[in-house]
Amino acid sequence: MAALLKPGQGPLDYGKRRWLRAVFVAVLVMLYTPILVLIAYSFNIQNRGGIWKGFTLENYAKAWHNSDLMSALLNSLSIAFISTIFATVIGAMVAVLLWRFRFPGKAAYEGAMALPIVIPEICMGVAMLLFYARTGMMTGMTHLPWPLNLGTPSPSPTSPCFPFVAVVVRSRLVGFNRQLEEASKDLGASEWQTFTRILIPYMMPGLVAGALLAFTLSLDDFVITFFTSGPETVTFPVKIYSMVKTGVKYEVNAASTILIVITIVATVIAMKLQAPDKAGH
Amino acid sequence: MSSANMSDAPPSPDTIVSIRNVSKRFPGGVTAVDDISFDIAQNEFFALLGPSGCGKTTLLRMISGLETPTSGQILIDGQDMSLTPPNKRPTNMVFQSYAVFPHMTVADNVAYGLRVTGVAEDETKRRVGEALEMVKLSHLAQRKPDQMSGGQRQRVALARALVKRPKVLLLDEPLSALDAKLRDDMRMELTRLQETVGITFIIVTHDQDEALSMATRIAVMDKGAVQQIATPAELYEHPKSRFVADFIGKVNLIEGRVVSKKPNAVVLDVPSIGKMEMATKDLVGETAAIAVRPEKLKITKSEPKDAKLVKVKVAIRDVAYYGDTSDVVASLPDGQDLYVTVQNESREGGSGVERGDKVWMSWEPKDSLLLTE
Amino acid sequence: MEDWKTNRNVFWTLATPGTLWLIAFFLVPLAFLFVLSFSSKAMIDGQISINQYDYFSGLTNYLRSFNPDIVSIFIRTLWWSALATLACLIIAYPIAFGICFAPDRWRPLLLMLIVLPFWINLLIRTYALMAVLRDNGLVNSALGAVGLGPLPLMNNTFGVIFGLVYVYMPFMVLPLYATIERLDKSFLEASLDLGGTQFQTFRNITLPLTMPGIVTGVVLVFIPCLGTFLTSELLGGTSSWMIGNVIQSQFGPANDWPFGSALSLLLMYATFAVLAVRAFLSRNSKGVDV
Repeated sequence: MAALLKPGQGPLDYGKRRWLRAVFVAVLVMLYTPILVLIAYSFNIQNRGGIWKGFTLENYAKAWHNSDLMSALLNSLSIAFISTIFATVIGAMVAVLLWRFRFPGKAAYEGAMALPIVIPEICMGVAMLLFYARTGMMTGMTHLPWPLNLGTPSPSPTSPCFPFVAVVVRSRLVGFNRQLEEASKDLGASEWQTFTRILIPYMMPGLVAGALLAFTLSLDDFVITFFTSGPETVTFPVKIYSMVKTGVKYEVNAASTILIVITIVATVIAMKLQAPDKAGH
Repeated sequence: MSSANMSDAPPSPDTIVSIRNVSKRFPGGVTAVDDISFDIAQNEFFALLGPSGCGKTTLLRMISGLETPTSGQILIDGQDMSLTPPNKRPTNMVFQSYAVFPHMTVADNVAYGLRVTGVAEDETKRRVGEALEMVKLSHLAQRKPDQMSGGQRQRVALARALVKRPKVLLLDEPLSALDAKLRDDMRMELTRLQETVGITFIIVTHDQDEALSMATRIAVMDKGAVQQIATPAELYEHPKSRFVADFIGKVNLIEGRVVSKKPNAVVLDVPSIGKMEMATKDLVGETAAIAVRPEKLKITKSEPKDAKLVKVKVAIRDVAYYGDTSDVVASLPDGQDLYVTVQNESREGGSGVERGDKVWMSWEPKDSLLLTE
Repeated sequence: MEDWKTNRNVFWTLATPGTLWLIAFFLVPLAFLFVLSFSSKAMIDGQISINQYDYFSGLTNYLRSFNPDIVSIFIRTLWWSALATLACLIIAYPIAFGICFAPDRWRPLLLMLIVLPFWINLLIRTYALMAVLRDNGLVNSALGAVGLGPLPLMNNTFGVIFGLVYVYMPFMVLPLYATIERLDKSFLEASLDLGGTQFQTFRNITLPLTMPGIVTGVVLVFIPCLGTFLTSELLGGTSSWMIGNVIQSQFGPANDWPFGSALSLLLMYATFAVLAVRAFLSRNSKGVDV
């Protein structure tokens, strides 16, 4: 005799299975413990043993006065900001292009657009390093043994980001009823008016999601900027990397906590912005 | 489980499914099925009929085991199966979306239920062959479902369920995804199959024509409760409530006020028509409705002579021509519209009336019904 | 969909920026990488130059990649990536499944809880993990409190694989969630109704029908694992190098860019091979929508 079901519970109510809930909780603990420990230690009084000594904001003050760390944080945020704008605009255009038009060599074009997503980041990083080094050398702008064209890190995270935006926006466009566009033109709207008044509002949730994705991806990017940032353009992750390599510092925890908060706030805001679309139509 | 309850009323020997005080409440407080009890007999073609959201599908899924009741019992062949998982029940289901496994051929789909329960491979082959024969799909045995039409996929779903030789076959809106022509064919085919295999069919539908034409007995459901259980003819001719009368076929409901009560009858005051005496055994409140089917109404140019008839002068508001019949909308003096189905007598004459005509409408009192609920 | 000729102005307006960007900041850099992989350092005045190269000097860099040390690192990279991917799959499948069958109003929240850490910077997450796995980290302190340990949790294979799972798990959950969500639950119900047990239903119906999501998830985790250098550097010891660490050192301390370029391209080709296998699998999965 097979085990009986519980009253009111169907055979597919897996959400109520105990073992599944246990796995879920275990994974959440695994995912969040390190992050919560990091945040907790950012408020800990410094000591060598790494034990809890008491609450303090001293680490934040230290991080604030560490001008290298702060300028790195500022660098990271500005790079993320710039590359988000580029990635969103270009990505959205590519999405509309691929959604709207049939053209020779489209499959190959799509494949090329997907390349930055699938290529390992380290390959992208070294290729960008080479590119900046070689072009810099060609123009004679730099002749350092590790020559870098200053101010160049911005475009690096954009390249892998804009195809992501294109994917997100395009998947949104798939649900678009093309007759709306025809109706708009039938009612006398021009190509541009139809684009701004019909298509863009429809794409908006996809654009927001894509921009969010681009922002966090560029903020998240360590590998590519690790190779392309010069001494003047150290990004936050790269700075932390060098600090981690030289030993654990409490102000790293403080600065990391700040970045975590920024990331989570950006993510939550973007999800809230998207929410009405999920609930309504 | 609670065997004390089971002994309350032993099911009659030819009962196959017994629903006893079954309720289903979903988390969030929605009561889909509210304390329903009835029996379904061996070999019936039973229909659960009702508007969407009336709980008919939930009830069917509880019989199959895909949902369990919050309270109450479901007995299948005399055994309490309320909490038995679906794979241990002698029922099989034809899903509304057919749920034909897309990654298996037709033959593998039909064989699935036999293979997972350990039926020997040569017997499986034989039974699959028979089942495909029965639904006339033998020639498509090696096809994948994505290369088949909706009608063909439905036959696969049927064969897949029937090959298991269930005691009860459950069909969830089986015709709703088919186009009109195919639906008529399938309706006849289902009736034929039920007669051939001789097992109980329980069908869920929101389409009264489907239920009337196929079922031997129908349970009309509304808001989680059963309104009436009867044969199709009984439901049509003797609906118990305004809801059933309105849901099964077209009906004219004329509301009246009760002016006096007699032992087996009441006198109603009906606007535009006057005082009418209607036979009834039911308790009657302050108001009641008279129900007349459109085809029971007669239209004549002059006042009918028969004194027994209920008659009233009406104005024709609209006429819709359908070939053999015409639907006429006639307004009573107080403005209520009545629907009349008129047989078209001659090719040219049609219904013989036109919009704006003032004519007499009449019906025999025995063709009308008093509805109190 | 309309032909590009019907509206050339719109077509070119939309096509130009993305195409130029892709060429300038992606294809050209890759071309540089490609060219350099066939080059060697120039000899100037009898000395090896630091940053001058002889272009088109043959396959030397590729031949050097078949040196046993490099081959064994390549094999280790593949093996560890496979292990991490498998662990991700085993953990992520029940997670994605559980979220899909949770009550509707809980689903977005649960999904967000799993995916949120993914938005946090890779380096910060790895750094956070170090603090937990260290010999005097949280786990070992907890073990010590009950008289166990300390267990060696990092600077070894376990550390690297745990780190990879920790970092890339959301990549597995998301495609799995998307496929399981789209899976018509009546297929599972039909299987149960036809007499299949829960396990038979999982093996015969759920698993084959969610295979596209599994394949996507495996690809999404396996590829970044192949290119790892941060996790293996911070959570593994010097003996835990993966191919990414070798590449990084060629562009850093070892300063042998041509060799690093060749290794990068080999890594890229390995990635393409994974993608080709995926394309092959999805072409053969007729009837299951991919």
